Amino acid sequence: MAVVAGRPKRGALLPKRVAAVTDSRLGSLGVYVVRRILWMIPIVFFVIVITFVLMHSAAGSPWDKAGGRQLSQVVVDNLNKKYGLDRPVFEQFLLYIWNVLHFDFGLSYQYQGKSVLELIAGGWPYTATIGVLAFLLIVPIGVGLGVLAALRQNTRVDYATMGFATFAASFPNFVIGALMIVFFSVLTYGWTGGNFFLPAGGWGMDDHLIMPAITLALLPIAYTARLTRASTLETLRQDYIRTAWAKGLPERLVVVRHVLKNSLIPVVTTLGPTFAFLVTGSVIVETVFSIPGIGRAFVVAVTSRDYPMILGTTVLFSIVIAIANLVVDILYVFIDPRVRLT
Amino acid sequence: MALPVAVVEAAPIDWEVPEEQIGLWQDAWIRFRRNRLAVLGAAVVLFLIAVAVLSPLLVHFGLLASPLTQHVESIETPPGVNGHPFGTDILGRDTLARLMVGSQVSLTVGLLVQGIIFPIGLAIGLTAGYFGGRIDNLLMRFTDIWYAFPDLLFVLVVVSVWQLKGPWYLQLIPIFGAIALVNWVGLARLVRGQVLSIKEKEYIEAARSSGTPPLKLILKHLLPNSIGPIIVTLTFGIPNAIFLEAVLSFLGVGIQPPQPTWGQMVADGAEAIYANPSGVVFPALAIGFTLLAFSFIGDGLRDALDPRMRR
Repeated sequence: MAVVAGRPKRGALLPKRVAAVTDSRLGSLGVYVVRRILWMIPIVFFVIVITFVLMHSAAGSPWDKAGGRQLSQVVVDNLNKKYGLDRPVFEQFLLYIWNVLHFDFGLSYQYQGKSVLELIAGGWPYTATIGVLAFLLIVPIGVGLGVLAALRQNTRVDYATMGFATFAASFPNFVIGALMIVFFSVLTYGWTGGNFFLPAGGWGMDDHLIMPAITLALLPIAYTARLTRASTLETLRQDYIRTAWAKGLPERLVVVRHVLKNSLIPVVTTLGPTFAFLVTGSVIVETVFSIPGIGRAFVVAVTSRDYPMILGTTVLFSIVIAIANLVVDILYVFIDPRVRLT
Repeated sequence: MALPVAVVEAAPIDWEVPEEQIGLWQDAWIRFRRNRLAVLGAAVVLFLIAVAVLSPLLVHFGLLASPLTQHVESIETPPGVNGHPFGTDILGRDTLARLMVGSQVSLTVGLLVQGIIFPIGLAIGLTAGYFGGRIDNLLMRFTDIWYAFPDLLFVLVVVSVWQLKGPWYLQLIPIFGAIALVNWVGLARLVRGQVLSIKEKEYIEAARSSGTPPLKLILKHLLPNSIGPIIVTLTFGIPNAIFLEAVLSFLGVGIQPPQPTWGQMVADGAEAIYANPSGVVFPALAIGFTLLAFSFIGDGLRDALDPRMRR
């Protein structure tokens, strides 16, 4: 590089120093990410411990039949041997951990000859489809409603949006699902003579996705809208926004470039909990709309005491949620330069 | 030249003394009453409590159909037919009676669970916030684990394992335990945060430097100054607990029949949704509006107990 003679320009040294700061920040970011990933291991381990201990503290054996004739002792002994229940609990636990490390979650008690992993893999496409659809609804609608309400604060638009958010946040999703089925499947069928209605459950056509996705998305939409409204109102009060107005920027520019860029930072943090909610919400929504996904499989496992299946789904869910939280935390560091890495 | 010296009289300072001293609670009560939605919510909740307490008496004196009697002549009737104002379910049982008796379970869960959470969350939060150190570390690590374990999943797992047989209030015990286990962490964290922020205030320093023992400091200064957010959190915990119990009943792992619960009624009604949609609508609305009423109260309390909102 040619050396340019003469007085260095003002601030010529500045970019270099900024780069150095960013470098050290990126360095500590690497450490931060690695530490967060390592921290996931004890979390998942403890979830396994808690669930495992709970499963084994249950009264009776998984082969007890609710009412009616019980299995003979010989059959029970053979079943115990087959599923390794005849060994000491601690040995079973170590074996389970060892198997989980090899992606083996054991055999289901309920479905003969099916492994837990097969059952989860079978339900995955359904749960993922509904979850992704709901997520695609949550972010644009939630953020859109929140920004709209904040920009039109104390007008009818604001009251209507926040009223809707309060309702959506209070009504549980199985109640909303049931009411939607009554309205869009049962009543609409009667009113239109069967010409227009939405299917009350099942899978196969696009129609089947509409109500489950909306039911699942409604509560997170309400939370996102409330949070976006609050943080946008906070941002609108800042001095730099007044400056932006004062220098005559058009509304669109002020809102998009100055307000949203700052007010959406806190909204990113809720994406982690939103993801966790989608996971637990799938349990309910898949039951309401009879969708054969992982959530439905979990409920069936809980009601039929299929312990390996309960353990497997719980571990899987907690891993998914831990990863989602990790991704959100890392995203946050990139989006908000003020975040201190600890 | 002698300067004229003005004689300054020590005029009494005109302190602005309000006509009547208003304490935090009185002020909060005034502001709560001014919030129309909160008052509406409180009225709904009081009405529900009255329903829950009075419905067994009404059944006893024959003013209300028994929630268990099957009226075989009218099965799945729509509202208003054969003297059943809200219709009947798939077994011919009166929906209104079942709704009224079902409120017992929801309210018991909502209110009592908070009674369990309060002492646990308070004790652990105060200790962690005030003394810090190992207890604090343990609490924070524990919360990390807890946040990876969604509460609905945990409650479902616990209830699938621990079940008690007997009348509904005995069956409720494992459900109480499970809901309290997932909810105390939130309260403990809140109390800890409150204590940590108040601990650094000047008046605490003053109290400490004048030799106030820790227990008195906690009870006299830390607790009263953080009680507002604690009450608000507990209030918002009520609809959450009611929701969890309703979901359990809906999924069929909560209170077992014959005791009616709202979640169970939604699931039962869904079986006959085409014949009699009102069987789903009534319990669904009962759950929804009860939760809405409690969250109105929570919102009202949050605004009323925040001294910064004082006018």
